[in-house]
Amino acid sequence: MSKKKSMTISAILFLALIVIIVVLERMLPPTHIALAVLKKGCIYSLVAVSMNLLNGFTGLFSLGQAGFMLIGAYAYAVLTIPVADRASVYMYFDGGIIQFSVPVFVGLLASGLLAALCAWLIGLPVLRLKSDYLAIATLGFAEIIRAFFQWDKLGVVTNGSNMLRKYPTFSTTLFPFLVSAACIGVMVLMINSSYGRAFKAIRDDEIAAEAMGINLAKHKRMAFCVSSFFAGVGGGLLAMYQTSIQAMTFKSSMTYEILLIVVIGGLGSVTGSCLASFLFIASSEWWLRFLDTEMTIGGFKVPLLRSGFRKVVFSVIIMVIVLFARRGIMGDREFSVDGICRFFKNLGKKKEVKQ
Amino acid sequence: MSTNVLRVSDITMQFGGVVAVDNLSLEVNEGEIVALIGPNGAGKTTAFNCITGVYEPSNGAVSFYGKELVESYPHGKMKKLYKGENVGKYTKRLVPTPDKITKEGIARTFQNIRLFSTMTVFENVLIAKHMRAKQNLLTATFRLNHAEEARMRAETLELLKMQHLDHLRDEIAGSLPYGIQRRLEIARALATNPKLLLLDEPAAGMNPQETQELADFIRQIRDEYKLTIFIIEHHMDLVMRISDRVYVLDFGKLLAHGTPEEVQNNPHVIEAYLGVSQDA
Ligand SMILES: Nc1ncnc2c1ncn2[C@@H]1O[C@H](COP(=O)(O)OP(=O)(O)O)[C@@H](O)[C@H]1O
Ligand SMILES: [Mg+2]
Repeated sequence: MSKKKSMTISAILFLALIVIIVVLERMLPPTHIALAVLKKGCIYSLVAVSMNLLNGFTGLFSLGQAGFMLIGAYAYAVLTIPVADRASVYMYFDGGIIQFSVPVFVGLLASGLLAALCAWLIGLPVLRLKSDYLAIATLGFAEIIRAFFQWDKLGVVTNGSNMLRKYPTFSTTLFPFLVSAACIGVMVLMINSSYGRAFKAIRDDEIAAEAMGINLAKHKRMAFCVSSFFAGVGGGLLAMYQTSIQAMTFKSSMTYEILLIVVIGGLGSVTGSCLASFLFIASSEWWLRFLDTEMTIGGFKVPLLRSGFRKVVFSVIIMVIVLFARRGIMGDREFSVDGICRFFKNLGKKKEVKQ
Repeated sequence: MSTNVLRVSDITMQFGGVVAVDNLSLEVNEGEIVALIGPNGAGKTTAFNCITGVYEPSNGAVSFYGKELVESYPHGKMKKLYKGENVGKYTKRLVPTPDKITKEGIARTFQNIRLFSTMTVFENVLIAKHMRAKQNLLTATFRLNHAEEARMRAETLELLKMQHLDHLRDEIAGSLPYGIQRRLEIARALATNPKLLLLDEPAAGMNPQETQELADFIRQIRDEYKLTIFIIEHHMDLVMRISDRVYVLDFGKLLAHGTPEEVQNNPHVIEAYLGVSQDA
């Protein structure tokens, strides 16, 4: 199939998704769980793809994602709270020292840039470490950042361990969808560019990549900064979604969730990460909810169903996936219009052979 | 008198207490095919790694077309441990990373093939064009470098055609037969536009027929790309057939050097190396 044709079909599919979202928003009550899942799914897709860029495409096992999201979330919230509301938000810190506020998109851009700047600063020492050590160092960084943002002395900026709120949020699902889609689009373009190839070369064989003239330190740092930039934007979106944030909530368990999504979706598959994000969020927040509530059918109390059981089932499902589909749903392949057409063609061929 | 391409001066590489390369000096001149031979564990690959920046030598220097590329002297813990010679002769530390060396014009292959195994044949070669492309992360991402990208692709395709690999361009490198992987690795090294090519046991695992073809191939690329070639090899017949000069390494030390005939008839060499391989 020609490139043009498959691009047209992809564009049509994208528009169809937008239409579906608009229709769902019209039909469902605004508090319906499906809409919440869609919003959070979009945000997690973005963060998962950004993590995949590092872990799946460049082969750097980093666990700092929650830290960079936190930086992004705070950058967004701190910069966009309207001046009039600052006194009430920063009530323990005399209204804070920042007495201006920027528009939403500038705030999101700042989220990404600040996260990228931090990545650039810690990149030099941290990226020299290999595999497990890199994971430990980045995990440590995320924990330090979390403590740092709760530090009282910084309260005039970060509000200490108190909540940040009253910053602009979004009501329509289209907002996180479009922002995430644009960001993921940029990452896909990059993965398919000369630099993306260099990242994959580093993943496949560092020594050979270096022998091909690829500057390891520079390219690793680049991947790290880009990944952190988009994690930061994702953090900003998450802040908007949650309407209020606190550093406390950006625990390492958040990084593990995203890592799980990346692994389930397939290391090195962008569409896998997106698909897995929605499945993960839908399962953990919606489809498996019923496991947490006690249920009686015709006077018979269903055993095991109680608060917390959902987590047990969820863990079992993940273990099964990791055991039986070690390379994730997609492996390192991508979900594409071309691929689907080929799949159906092959299906047709097989049937013909049988006849 | 032809120009000197590579000059290795008093290189010693010591790992802890093990001296893998001991005070090695050698020269390779323009247009030559020079072989480095020696029993297993003699330090041949280690010597390559010192030239290409994979290891920082414990002592000694490397220059390329008269320009100093690498220099080091025992420092840190090695100060006390160092067992080699020429202490104090080198006083500078110049240790570029391997990518810098490649940019200078030295390409190499590896003893145990190192391809980008999940990438296609085409991409494997295309990677070599990345380092010299006029682009940055933004222009590449937003396709503002399309002229440059098109040039990279065209050059890659041309090289693949010349190496008769273009029919395999979309195959995944890791799934190719061994012999083709070896050829692809050489093609990939050529794609960096080197002046000097280092080949580490390119005939390993090949049968006599394939080895013969490889000999012709090496001479052919030397002439076609105006290369100088420095080759580590185990197959004595290949070495004798193609090389202009031979260096023999044993336990890290230079044992002999000269034309293939001279080396073949050197009693030390026969004892240390040829004798062993004739018994085997
Ligand atoms: N990174 C290293 N650390 C410790 N010892 C090494 C290292 N690399 C090579 N050596 C040692 O150096 C010696 C020479 O190895 P090598 O250069 O691979 O030999 P050759 O290529 O001639 O077969 C061997 O004894 C090997 O164990
Ligand atoms: Mg070797």
